[in-house]
Amino acid sequence: MSDSGATVVASALRKVFAGPGGKPLAAVDGISLTARTGELTALVGPDGAGKTTLLRMVAGILAPDEGELHVLGIDASKEPQRIQDRISYMPQRFGLYEDLSVQENLDLYADLHGVSQAERRERFGRLLAMTDLARFVDRPAGKLSGGMKQKLGLACTLVRSPDLLVLDEPSVGVDPLSRRDLWKILQQLVDEEHLSVIVSTAYMDEAERCAQVFVMHQGKVLADGTPDALRQRAKGLTCVVAPPEDTPARDLQARLIDATDAIIDAVPSGGSVRYIRQPDADSEQLARLLGGLQPKDRPEELEDAFMMLLRQHHAEEETKTPAPDVLSDKKTAARHDEKPVIVVRDLVRKFGDFTAVASTSFDVRRGEIFGLLGPNGAGKTTTFRMLCGLLPASGGHLEVAGVDLRTARAKARARIGYVSQKFALYGNLSVRENLQFFGGAYGLRGRALHARVDAVQTQFQLQPDAISGDMPGGYKQRLAMAASLLHEPDILFLDEPTSGIDPLARRSFWRTITALVQGGVTAVVTTHFMEEAEYCDRIAIQDAGRVLALGTPREVREQAGTGHDADMNSAFIAIVEQARAKGHEAGAEKAA
Amino acid sequence: MSRSGFMQRMVALTRKEVRQMLRDRSNLAVGLLLPIALILLFGYGLSLDVEHSPVAVVMDDTSPAAREVFAAFQGTPYIDPTWAPDMQQAQRRMLAGELDAIVRIPSDFSQHVANGDAKVQLLLNGVDSTTATSVEGYVGGALATQALKMADRAGGKAGGGGVVVQQRMWFNEAGISTWYLVPGLLVLIMTLTGAFLTSLLIAREWERGTLESLFVTPVRPLELVLSKLIPYVVIGLIDMTLCLIAARWLFEVPIRGSLTVIVLASFLYLVVSLSMGLFISGVTRNQFQASQMALLTSFMPAMMLSGFVFDLRNVPAVIRGIGEVLPATHFMNLIKTLFLAGDNAAIVLRECGILALYATVLIVAARRTLRKTLDR
Repeated sequence: MSDSGATVVASALRKVFAGPGGKPLAAVDGISLTARTGELTALVGPDGAGKTTLLRMVAGILAPDEGELHVLGIDASKEPQRIQDRISYMPQRFGLYEDLSVQENLDLYADLHGVSQAERRERFGRLLAMTDLARFVDRPAGKLSGGMKQKLGLACTLVRSPDLLVLDEPSVGVDPLSRRDLWKILQQLVDEEHLSVIVSTAYMDEAERCAQVFVMHQGKVLADGTPDALRQRAKGLTCVVAPPEDTPARDLQARLIDATDAIIDAVPSGGSVRYIRQPDADSEQLARLLGGLQPKDRPEELEDAFMMLLRQHHAEEETKTPAPDVLSDKKTAARHDEKPVIVVRDLVRKFGDFTAVASTSFDVRRGEIFGLLGPNGAGKTTTFRMLCGLLPASGGHLEVAGVDLRTARAKARARIGYVSQKFALYGNLSVRENLQFFGGAYGLRGRALHARVDAVQTQFQLQPDAISGDMPGGYKQRLAMAASLLHEPDILFLDEPTSGIDPLARRSFWRTITALVQGGVTAVVTTHFMEEAEYCDRIAIQDAGRVLALGTPREVREQAGTGHDADMNSAFIAIVEQARAKGHEAGAEKAA
Repeated sequence: MSRSGFMQRMVALTRKEVRQMLRDRSNLAVGLLLPIALILLFGYGLSLDVEHSPVAVVMDDTSPAAREVFAAFQGTPYIDPTWAPDMQQAQRRMLAGELDAIVRIPSDFSQHVANGDAKVQLLLNGVDSTTATSVEGYVGGALATQALKMADRAGGKAGGGGVVVQQRMWFNEAGISTWYLVPGLLVLIMTLTGAFLTSLLIAREWERGTLESLFVTPVRPLELVLSKLIPYVVIGLIDMTLCLIAARWLFEVPIRGSLTVIVLASFLYLVVSLSMGLFISGVTRNQFQASQMALLTSFMPAMMLSGFVFDLRNVPAVIRGIGEVLPATHFMNLIKTLFLAGDNAAIVLRECGILALYATVLIVAARRTLRKTLDR
């Protein structure tokens, strides 16, 4: 290799797998790229872009089908072991041995990498301090929270200074606080040890920290360059507009995002709507869309450039967002009925002597989108399961759709729809078969069942004969929602509905929810994408089983003291940190 | 990589495997408690011996000679003779499943005894053919002894030119089934603990994603295989010791061959069995499938086709061929020979050679499944 300034050099790289239905699928389809030494290089792209496959080839555990790949000057297809002796790799799901303690996991990897005892002492001390795991060295890795596991995984990959650090979505499924910590550690190592890092991510704010960014989609590199250079693509197209006083931002956002010929992308944010307009958008049409509202220009961000690239690439296969009219007429109730449909009072759930949810109270009103947010282990899922009647409460009062869940769970269930986090439909059945089965399970028969199945199929634009398991993530999501709406529930529960689907599918998901809610349905959603809180009427932030903040996104931001236009991410971090600091003080007083 | 690197990694990996093994209770239960349960179950519960077999004797002749025959049956612990007044009654009892056999002494028995050509009729209950065969042997034996006595008394005067067969069973003089079942049990236990325990090891690491992280380290595939074998070899050796103790002191099976050879042969088979499990584990990459496969391809055939209970020479050629391919069959032959017949250099060398070959092939195969790639 002549180019000593590069860690990874790929040219016309290709990797083909057997796709659904036996068709070959090029996960990496002719990628050429160069990652420079001593820098952070980011691969960004939605799920299925080929990031993981590319990184696995770099790590020498997948052999390229075509093209050349040199890592640290070594041919990856010929001598993978020589590469593996010099790099450190953290797969998306880092293989921690859950029955070994934190210390034992670290020792194992240090031994495997041949780290000397003297070196180890210094290194472990630093890693444990950085990851804040020093208190837990004797705890089995399986008993750490999700964020802590991820930090331990990173520590295990960093038991020595590798010539190249390969990280595959290190922050996926990690709460904002742990995510911030992870990146602090990375930045520190790059600054102090001039580490070369190649990292894949779905978060734009993480890509923003890297020297070079490759935007990937469906096995190809759509664009590359510094974050600054990429951002320029959206220059002059980015605006922000505030909705009229009495309408939620998401309604305006829905109107904008539907107008695909004038608007590339729109998201609610900080009570307003941020959008990107089409470069050739007709100004009259824009003005009509905005209905007299005055937009302001805003600085372009990497996210904007990314969304533009995806939309351009997707234009030809663009699928229209599922239409609003998903329920029959009888459900078009008045919006914002003040009567709460969910009443939670002093809800408690204990597992043994562990309190997962501690005296939690809130109401959800009819026609509202209510968001439950919190870091891993905050008690979101437990709260959620109790609301759906899947888990009995240890104490407190719980009323859903006017029914006391402690006495009449089955009755309440008939009024609610539930979309679980994992795809819980039958992968080897077709769309129609799945819908017919679930319709039957909800007690629909004969003509009524037929009519409902047909209705949701059309409304969610699903192919009746498609095999469910072979559909892309976004479509599975739609099918799951379609199934949960068959019996026309009043309340829809969605557990992490947007994890693992790409940004475009996420936009379209929220568009559907907005439409449903306009039709009178109440939606309760958990999410770890903080920016998605902006779609909600009200949110509750949970940590360690307690509700820390409750209110509209604006009220929560006020409570956080981060200012009106701050993003939800920083508001969230501020609130959790304030609460934890208070907890520490209280603990200290108790100890004294 | 230097040699010290190899040692350091081996120690680290082995320590990891030992810790995981000790912290997984269910694993230890399968490894240590299940063998004990099997020893007791098979040792006491599975016996092919027949004792106190109910036999009806229909006496159409009531002469002293005929009564002596009845008395002869009473003298053996294997048969419980009962007197039946007539054939109809005896047949009814046979139909009701109360009898293993009917012995009918014809009315002209004493006359023929005098002539030296007496006959008795033996009707066997063939519902359980193993028992029927045993009973046939016992009845025949009792009659032969009786005939000998009578011939003695007659002093050859009755011309008694009959040839008398005197049988002796070598190696298992009393024909006690635990004698050949318990050595076979050693084979079964080694197979079960070996293949079943290790079948989960690699699959578990695939499922939990730990292999992907391990692959991108200086670790070599062979190190992964060896480090997984070592802790389970120890468990296997403990099981072997338990089996030998039980064989010697609980079931009082003779150990006629050299103990050293038995231990070495068992060790060899243990490695075969463990590597078989690892290989299955590496191929399936799925714990459920791996454990099913391990049961189907090692434990079940070892039970049915290795000659544990059924003699392989009596089965169709195809089945026999399958049996011959199993390492368990070779170890079964070896261990039964060593326990009951004693050291036989030719058999020991041949079977140990075959087992060593299996061990090598399976370790190489298991190592191949751990080639550091996610490609299938």
